[in-house]
Amino acid sequence: MKSNDNKEMTVAFIGNPNCGKTTLFNAYTGANLKVANWPGVTVEKVEGSFDFKGEKINLVDLPGTYSLSSYTMEEQVSRDFILSDEVDVVIDVVDASALERNLYLALQLIELGKPVVIALNMMDIVEKRGMEIDLHRLPEMLGVPVIPISARKRKGLDILIHAAVHHNEQSVPDRILHEHPNSTVSKHRHDHHDEYVMVYSDKIEDMLDNIEDRLRASYPDEKNYRWLAIKISEYDSDILKRYPIELKDILSQSMEDVIINEKYDFIEEIIDECLVGKKKTEEWTDKADKILTHKFWSIPVFLLIMAVVFFLTFAVGDFLKGYVEVGIDYIIGATEAFLINLGASKQMISLICDGIIAGVGGVITFLPNIIILFFALAVLEDSGYMSRVAYVMDGIMGSLGLSGRAFIPMLLGFGCTVPAIMASRALESKKDRMKVMLITPFMSCSARLPIYILFSEIFFKEHAMIAAYSMYVIGIAVAILTAWIINKFGKTKSENALLIELPEYKIPSGRTVFIYVFEKIKDFLQKAGTTIFIASIIMWVLLNFGIHGYTGDMTESFGAMIGKIVVPLFKPIGLGFWQIVVALIAGISAKEVVVSSCAVLFGIQNINSELGMSMMQQALEGIGFTSLNAVSLMIFSLLYIPCAATIVTIKKESKSAGWAAFSALFQLCTAWIITFLVYQIGMIIL
Amino acid sequence: MKLNNGIIGEKYTVSGMKLPMAAKRRLEVLGLTNGTVVEVMNNKSGGTMVIKIRGTRFALGKKMTEAIEVMD
Repeated sequence: MKSNDNKEMTVAFIGNPNCGKTTLFNAYTGANLKVANWPGVTVEKVEGSFDFKGEKINLVDLPGTYSLSSYTMEEQVSRDFILSDEVDVVIDVVDASALERNLYLALQLIELGKPVVIALNMMDIVEKRGMEIDLHRLPEMLGVPVIPISARKRKGLDILIHAAVHHNEQSVPDRILHEHPNSTVSKHRHDHHDEYVMVYSDKIEDMLDNIEDRLRASYPDEKNYRWLAIKISEYDSDILKRYPIELKDILSQSMEDVIINEKYDFIEEIIDECLVGKKKTEEWTDKADKILTHKFWSIPVFLLIMAVVFFLTFAVGDFLKGYVEVGIDYIIGATEAFLINLGASKQMISLICDGIIAGVGGVITFLPNIIILFFALAVLEDSGYMSRVAYVMDGIMGSLGLSGRAFIPMLLGFGCTVPAIMASRALESKKDRMKVMLITPFMSCSARLPIYILFSEIFFKEHAMIAAYSMYVIGIAVAILTAWIINKFGKTKSENALLIELPEYKIPSGRTVFIYVFEKIKDFLQKAGTTIFIASIIMWVLLNFGIHGYTGDMTESFGAMIGKIVVPLFKPIGLGFWQIVVALIAGISAKEVVVSSCAVLFGIQNINSELGMSMMQQALEGIGFTSLNAVSLMIFSLLYIPCAATIVTIKKESKSAGWAAFSALFQLCTAWIITFLVYQIGMIIL
Repeated sequence: MKLNNGIIGEKYTVSGMKLPMAAKRRLEVLGLTNGTVVEVMNNKSGGTMVIKIRGTRFALGKKMTEAIEVMD
């Protein structure tokens, strides 16, 4: 443990999934980490700090876990950190409305021997349900401080940290008051009721004593022999490896199930004594689930919900987009006038107006669509529906060799592929995770939206929405088909059945939704200001310079040269135009770049305005680009490498550069083959 | 009987599990131990279920519910 002289301490938040750790972390540190109402939102350890009465508190937010025996990647992160020496005080965030289940982890943490403070979160919900918790008896039974809080309403926060600081400095442990009304006082030869909160049956205690003796003999400098003995009796592979001792005569099999059972017996005692009042059931969760998880209706209802999400994104987004276009027109006009006034050179004006503003502005006009899409996703995620989708899709995913849980990353892929791939950490098996990483990029993310909107509005006018919506359907179909083929021809079948907690439904919190959308807008604008900004400049340079220097004729530029080399590859799929090829290559940096590049390529300053679109249409018609070519472009954009960041994320998450390279190549090939089929069949029909 | 034959709205008591060790432990940690009362909230395709254990709803795949022995 660190000394307190330098007035700094490290506090870790741990707790069951979806109990409000991240909400609490945000409340203390002012961070804007994503929170939502489904288990597994946080998959990484996050650190932050703040000052409390002159002391620096380092806060660590950990992924949720039901126990200290880890089953998934994120649970492992939490376990490793809690067991490390970095932690001074552990704050166990407990969902008071599900006290019984949450106390299991609490008992494990108390056994660990580090200073533990229990934060009893969601007290407001407990009250609403007509229940009361005996806040006097609970800490007596657990031997640690219990602080009632409401992370969402920011109540009890100072007291909680005060308790943590105090508990860290305390030298005498809290008194434990056992009172087991159902059992007679133990006549065990060494009774442990004065020392430990969780006392097992005599048989287990004897065994633990024996293991402890043996550990003491082999490893004289350990701090907590009891905890090690418990873990050894549970056959914890990690601890067995670190502390190999002779066990044959003491332990013949894992006692984990007995230990779990006895913990739950004790928890039942705690609940009997500490939980007062009758629980009113949350009727509307049951009522909503009757429809949302219905045998037949659940899938149509899910499709309907997604249809509404995309309808809002396209229709309402388009309406708002009009205003942004007017703004951009104004900016272009003002900038041009300003630069002319300044006496800037022709090239300079061209770079700024035809390069930067055309490129970046062409993408920024889609901001309203993106805001609405993320708003809808935030509402879905915070309502509690995400877990239900895992249940609803379990049948379909089962036939693909995946559990319904794997659909959550796919659904998140409609927002952004990068966090979607990271969400796959919640899956137990590595194989399932790799598979999900391979198919999630086919789910159409928000960055591909501008391409659909632009090209479907130019070529399909009043049917634009259907054309764009069908891209989403094709994306899902390709993802499903890929998973199906892997499952059909793969050697190993997945054994993992669905297991996911279904939280109560709630009205999405305004704050949560706002933070979620705000962060996405920030990301989007940042991308516009960096990746798209730089891509636009590079594009302008490539298109305005050739081997003879600055050129007014784009067909002689470096860009045209590069494009023309690769054009033959794209001819069979209906994309044999050097301009489009250049835009697609640039689009590997980020999908919006396809649109910004088109704007720069065809020298259109406000590509989404009516004027901009008709100019774009004329330019495209000029090179012989028809509606069938537009379909090809949309499908190819949907399926090929989503962005450089996705590939980097796949590499990081799979810990394999080979897998990342394979997935990129796989996406390119899939995109080419499917676009080829669509284009060739289209040629025959039309 | 097996849990996957459970009727929506009924409550059962767990009497045994024939699952691989890791899967069994996962359920036990969540409070699904021998003697635990489970309430069937939903049941489709012969065993993909939503059950309530100790006040919390969980969705469980068929492979799991088929392996859980329960009594009325």
